[in-house]
Amino acid sequence: MSYEEKGAWVYLTVVLGSYGAYIAVILGRADGIPLAEVAYVAPMLWLIGISIVANIVGRVVVETAKPSGSTKSDVRDKDINRLGGSIGGLVLAVAMAVPFGLALAKASQFWIANAMYAAFVAFALAGTLVRIVAYRRGLQ
Amino acid sequence: MAKPTRVTNSIRALRFSHGEMTQAELAEGIGVTRQTIIAIEQGRYSPSLEVAFQIARVFKVGLDDVFQYPDGDQ
Repeated sequence: MSYEEKGAWVYLTVVLGSYGAYIAVILGRADGIPLAEVAYVAPMLWLIGISIVANIVGRVVVETAKPSGSTKSDVRDKDINRLGGSIGGLVLAVAMAVPFGLALAKASQFWIANAMYAAFVAFALAGTLVRIVAYRRGLQ
Repeated sequence: MAKPTRVTNSIRALRFSHGEMTQAELAEGIGVTRQTIIAIEQGRYSPSLEVAFQIARVFKVGLDDVFQYPDGDQ
């Protein structure tokens, strides 16, 4: 497995883990009160920050446990990244229609912010899954 | 995404006929990772024209000796 493919797996794990943790924290804080009244800002910012650090630490740990022959990306990595970026971008463009609609409907900040966060998670997941499939099954 | 390519290649045979060159040596010669050479050999990645020429140059053969495309229906 190449350095870049390992990075895609680490990123996928971190995105799923951090978003799962965020959802768990928010649902835990709700506990009987309406979701829109839950204090979401601090958990959201903390988990975004933690996910950035976890991605860096995860890559270091994976490379320490199973070093790659080279840490340079090549033309295939760039092709695969380009494909992942374009599919992810498409998903982001569609998903961002939701917070846009919520803002137009004057929904609460909670729902707008969370719809935006979910859109970015969908972007990250779609792009990374496409990259992993391209690494595993091929890119023509 | 993983639509099979009709392009085949003789990279594996060429490596063995050139002093049993390893995938890592070929990869180093053209500036890509060993995983990319594996993907090209297995038909899981169609290289750019530039990389294809670089591979042919390593073996000092023509492009047609490295990559083949079957005659017939498209």
